Amino acid sequence: MSEPFDLIVVGGGVHGATVALFAARGGLRVALIERDQICRGASGVNAGTLTMQMTRVALIPYALQAHAMWASAQNWLGHDVGVVVCDGLSLAFTEAEEELLTFRAGKRRDAGAPISLVSGKRAQEIEPGLCDDVRVAGWCRVDGFANAYLTGLAYRRALVSAGVVLHEQQVVIGIDSGAMGYRVLTKNRVFIARRLVVASGVWIEPMLAWLGVHLPIKVLINQLSVTERIAPVMRTQVGIASGLLSLKQYSHGTVVIGGGWQGKGDRTSGQGDIVAGNVVGNIRLACHAIPALRRARLTRSWTGFEAETADALPAAGAIPGFPDAYVCGSVHSGYTSGPYIAKLLVERILGREPEMPLFPIDRLLASAAETKRKESAT
Amino acid sequence: MSRAFDLIVIGAGPAGGAAALAAARHGLSVGLIDEAAAAGGQIYRAPAPGMVMLSGKRDDDANAGDELRAALAASRVQAFYSHRVWTVARGFQVDAAGEDGHHSFCAPRVIAANGGHERLVPFPGWTLPGVIGLAAATILMKSQGMMPGGRVVVAGCGPLLMAVAAKIVSGGGDLVAVVDLAGPSDWISALPGLVRRCGLLRRGLGWILAIGKARVPIYFRHGVRAAEGSDRVARVVIGPVDRAGAPVVGSEKVFDVDMLVIGHGLVASSEVPRLLRAGMTYDRLLGGWVPDVDPCGRTSVEGLFAIGDGAGIRGAEPAAIAGAIAGLAAARDAGRIEAGAFDTSMTVFGRKRRSYHAFASAIGGLMALRPAQVAAIAPDTVVCRCEDVTRASIDAAARDGAADVNQLKHFTRCGMGPCQGRMCGDVAAELLARARSVPRQSVGYWTGRPPLRPLPLQDLVGTFSYSDIPIPSPAPL
Repeated sequence: MSEPFDLIVVGGGVHGATVALFAARGGLRVALIERDQICRGASGVNAGTLTMQMTRVALIPYALQAHAMWASAQNWLGHDVGVVVCDGLSLAFTEAEEELLTFRAGKRRDAGAPISLVSGKRAQEIEPGLCDDVRVAGWCRVDGFANAYLTGLAYRRALVSAGVVLHEQQVVIGIDSGAMGYRVLTKNRVFIARRLVVASGVWIEPMLAWLGVHLPIKVLINQLSVTERIAPVMRTQVGIASGLLSLKQYSHGTVVIGGGWQGKGDRTSGQGDIVAGNVVGNIRLACHAIPALRRARLTRSWTGFEAETADALPAAGAIPGFPDAYVCGSVHSGYTSGPYIAKLLVERILGREPEMPLFPIDRLLASAAETKRKESAT
Repeated sequence: MSRAFDLIVIGAGPAGGAAALAAARHGLSVGLIDEAAAAGGQIYRAPAPGMVMLSGKRDDDANAGDELRAALAASRVQAFYSHRVWTVARGFQVDAAGEDGHHSFCAPRVIAANGGHERLVPFPGWTLPGVIGLAAATILMKSQGMMPGGRVVVAGCGPLLMAVAAKIVSGGGDLVAVVDLAGPSDWISALPGLVRRCGLLRRGLGWILAIGKARVPIYFRHGVRAAEGSDRVARVVIGPVDRAGAPVVGSEKVFDVDMLVIGHGLVASSEVPRLLRAGMTYDRLLGGWVPDVDPCGRTSVEGLFAIGDGAGIRGAEPAAIAGAIAGLAAARDAGRIEAGAFDTSMTVFGRKRRSYHAFASAIGGLMALRPAQVAAIAPDTVVCRCEDVTRASIDAAARDGAADVNQLKHFTRCGMGPCQGRMCGDVAAELLARARSVPRQSVGYWTGRPPLRPLPLQDLVGTFSYSDIPIPSPAPL
């Protein structure tokens, strides 16, 4: 048994790592427990997209703040994650997509995202790599991307220097509450703390179940692909109206192709596999948008697990019935907005009022109970 | 739409070829897929399409390759050459890119026979143009009938070293020196194993005699200190090494050269078992991480076999035996062979395989990674040539907490380039383990990821129109 901490954070992705970092800087003694290594799950293997045009409307105000955080990561994180701020384009190739884009861009603009609609010709001026088939594009100056695989190194250095006690390669097998606070069990250790944050991505559901809290979390198995280094073929972050494409070229020349095409896998094994047909579909879409990509070679495809609640809005707030216990995750496009939402949660943990509202999970638990009732009724 | 078979064999070298033939002989429908234009793998590589080697230049490998190709052509095996397998899913679905686009195959059984790839322990200047691998040189000679040009130093270790040197001599090349990490005593201590296969030993001695006859000096227990030159290799510096392969103080020699042909053994190409998460074991003498297999080549993944050098470096003849066994076992698993007949065949093959065991172990010892050689790599020497990652960067990543090779990859980009970590993987892992003072096993291996080989996007997407793309329904607003 180890000495009690002020706070245990379970899960070392961008949510958990950000909570641990700001909580430690706020004076708490923090332990961070991660099943793999810091930011080696979804937070290290995602497409690194920092865009408003794939962000849920309700999250736009948060994403704008988060974008500013990423753009100044050197200041608060202290280490480089290769953030590039550039123009973003969301494309429509068909009439139906044009309609969808017009509607969605309007909603996002109303929520504060500086998106304007431009013609295909204007889009080509902004992004000379584009094909000729673009009918209309959403153009946003607040866009960009990070080098997601550098997230782990950057956070790890920051956490170590903030004094967070890191326990990597420790799979949590149980959580319970008692007089001393919360006990977090791994295979060979017991951690105790007065406060608890569960930030374990798709594993939030099974972990909260240990506390008797039923929060359904859907597992999305997002596929990604990357090319070898090639001469510049594009300079913006490119997506499509439906959100099923994200495309950008890094300064070192590789092009990362994403957009949430689904692979196969499950959270029990923790393992995901690509579906060949979906890789081909995703890459066709990419090659359609940026024709010069056809000349590049694919060097790697992989999957990452994204967590999604029933209403696809975050689970970020107190765990009802458990004082000083919180959940943080399931933030749609979580890599973009995660750090800001996690920072807001730390404000609450430290007893201050967050500058924007959190996303309490009571709404999701009620519906979960209902679902259960419905299930047992039928 | 995918073509269905009872068995898919990936790789048409000695192991895969033998497996496909054995399975087809017992009535399985077999799809044999290989990225080359003809069967043979690397060792029995066929001349490039349209090329014919002069009969005087033929050797045992060329003959064995022709026999294999003829046997496959006469069999019921359905071969798909010039098809590059890029991913395999459990169950199994095998996806390949051919000259005419993307193809899917499916079968309840897959035999992975993917051979080995070259290991090169880095030294200053190893990335200069004009420095090529021993295996690369054999491809040049076998496939194109082309000699490494100009004055050549051949260096490294293992039987490939002498084979390449002898081939350059017999082809009229200008061989300046042979530099062998092993000493005569290493070869002599390998002899008891080597004499078990007289024919192969005789062939090896023939190589050494040919080199001697051409009065080319052989520097035993020497290694390359550096390759020098401005835009390509112009000089090679060699010096003595100890028994473990570490450089020792002693007189260095400098050769003016046009090419350096160098290799330090082979690494097992276990990409398919890794991709499918088969159980793996680290075995330095077998060429690194190899899949756990039963005597028939079955991995821990049901229906997946791994055979030949891809399951542990043992050479062509043991690979062909392992292939025949796996082909039979696949037929047995499919219920096409009675238990009695299967056991009888297995007894025969088992005996045959055992006769190669000592030979394969001796060769394995000569070709294995020498940890002391890796330890001597200088801090500013590039280890990952695709991404320009030096030894010093790997050491720094270890200090930053990189616990395994996949975290090392995230920290440094080591292994992220187009060779997919094939060139640097073995050495980078050895360096990381050394920097962390942990056993080699605990730093793991690259996670298996598709594509199995880099693949032009054009080959993957083919010709399509936008409306053909099955775009999923929109993400939530």
